[in-house]
Amino acid sequence: MTAPGTPPAIRAVGLRRSYGKHLVLDGIDLEVAAGTVFALLGPNGAGKTTTVNILSTLIPPDGGEVQVAGHDVVRDPDAVRAAIGLTGQFSAVDGLLTGEENLILMADLRHLGKREGRRRAAELLERFDLVEAAKKPLATSSGGMRRRLDLAMTLVGHPRIIFLDEPTAGLDPRSRRVMWQIVRDLLAAGVTIFLTTQYLEEADRLANRIAVLDGGRIVAEGTPDQLKRLVPGGHVRLEFADLSELEKAAHVFSGASRDDEALTLQVPSDGGVGSLRGLLDRLDSESIVVGGLSVQTPDLDDVFLSLTGPNREQKAAVR
Amino acid sequence: MNALSIYVTDSATMLRRNLRHMRRYPMIFFIAGIPIVFLLLFVFVFGGTLGAGLGGVAGGRADYVAYVVPGILLITISGGATGTAISVAMDMTEGIVARFRTMSISRASFLSGHVLANVIQTMAAIAIVVVVALVIGFRPTTGPIEWLAAFGLLTLSAVALTWIAVALGMLTKSVETASNLPMPLLLLPFFGSGFVPTASLPDPLRWFADNQPFTPIIETVRRLLLGGEIGSTGLIAVAWCVAITLVGYLWARKLYDRDPAR
Repeated sequence: MTAPGTPPAIRAVGLRRSYGKHLVLDGIDLEVAAGTVFALLGPNGAGKTTTVNILSTLIPPDGGEVQVAGHDVVRDPDAVRAAIGLTGQFSAVDGLLTGEENLILMADLRHLGKREGRRRAAELLERFDLVEAAKKPLATSSGGMRRRLDLAMTLVGHPRIIFLDEPTAGLDPRSRRVMWQIVRDLLAAGVTIFLTTQYLEEADRLANRIAVLDGGRIVAEGTPDQLKRLVPGGHVRLEFADLSELEKAAHVFSGASRDDEALTLQVPSDGGVGSLRGLLDRLDSESIVVGGLSVQTPDLDDVFLSLTGPNREQKAAVR
Repeated sequence: MNALSIYVTDSATMLRRNLRHMRRYPMIFFIAGIPIVFLLLFVFVFGGTLGAGLGGVAGGRADYVAYVVPGILLITISGGATGTAISVAMDMTEGIVARFRTMSISRASFLSGHVLANVIQTMAAIAIVVVVALVIGFRPTTGPIEWLAAFGLLTLSAVALTWIAVALGMLTKSVETASNLPMPLLLLPFFGSGFVPTASLPDPLRWFADNQPFTPIIETVRRLLLGGEIGSTGLIAVAWCVAITLVGYLWARKLYDRDPAR
């Protein structure tokens, strides 16, 4: 995937980390080519943020080799820091300062010089539609605006590698689209982007490569298309007339994802005649009445469900 | 740029950030206000009786104003330090510190910015308290050199106590706890020579009062403003300030550099 002679932007081998007795990352390997978007996809608690925190030098790994921008994160963190920018899950803006002051603070810390710092701040305010937030303290700003400013602050020093930890979590659909466009523009400008998300659609739309993280291990890695091929045929969508039938069916197909609102159940399946017959026989023998049935072409949701802990959905529903 | 010039540049940037916070949400009136209330309380409510016990020439309240002002000035410094513990703790709960930690900047600059800003704020509060003291009858008897030396020692004390406060602000994850941790700094002037001479205290307490850092600092400030033999007390005061600064700095660095996830 990496052109010969071009070192990868990010390389991790056997990365391990635990909190106390709780093992969060159980030996993961990553390689991100320069100038690409890499998405780390996984459910809550999979270890996504821990991975980003280690790659961005915020916390040290317990084991493994990690190089970012060609530098070791443990031995030479400052060289890594000079090349990267991080926009974490929690707003990293100074709420007591205005938007403009926040950007100039970053410019000063990047030693851009007074004039260049002001020019860069004005440019980013304009580009990220932040002119409104420029002159007032941020305490009153909306979530979308804070997030855009957060990313703008990350970009002040022209980092070559950017880490985005769940960049669109909690954003409305419009702000989410704005964020996606920003990521595409950065990619076009040659920046390497490492993002985490629990939204499959987001990874599908943005990423050149996706790694699925579950329980501290990489369970699949590849291009969006390669991942989709892992579950040929996608899934079968069963429709029910009432909740009790859905309940019974969900019990039988434990790897399925249920939607109580729509009274539907999505059962991972290759969509072949044999497996369809098996599914129908199963429903028959359990005397479950199905209202309707459709075979769906694969999307990343299927990959996600079939790769990340089979009972996870059920557990979440019980909670 | 070498490490020192990066440290100076980044600390100046962080100082500007903290001064801007202070301008926008001024705490100086609390930092000056509380010691002023103490000053008025001790002079006008307790001062008549406490002053009579000092055995001075003027006797009573007038003597006590002169006696109590250095202690009040140290209370002002402790109050300012409490403010720093709170603002550091608030910063630590925000994502901005994670950003600073992943930037290629001087690690100590975030801490130094807090210290410098608070020392400036505290010395401004001290100026306000001194003006009030002058209004209610505090009459220093020494010259400008001694005044300057007193100001210098108070600045050193503010630097020392603020470094401790920075560490205290990082000790817990809650802002409320951080605001309570510096309480001993506010109490120590009372268990020293701030409000009554240590000679009037019972034995074990007197031993403690004579040997804790606030007493030599208060005594040196008192003699610099009102005259009297300073001798080794001044040296002991400066030594305490240097030692506390060093401990506070190393402790704060250690807490800032620790793995934030553990």
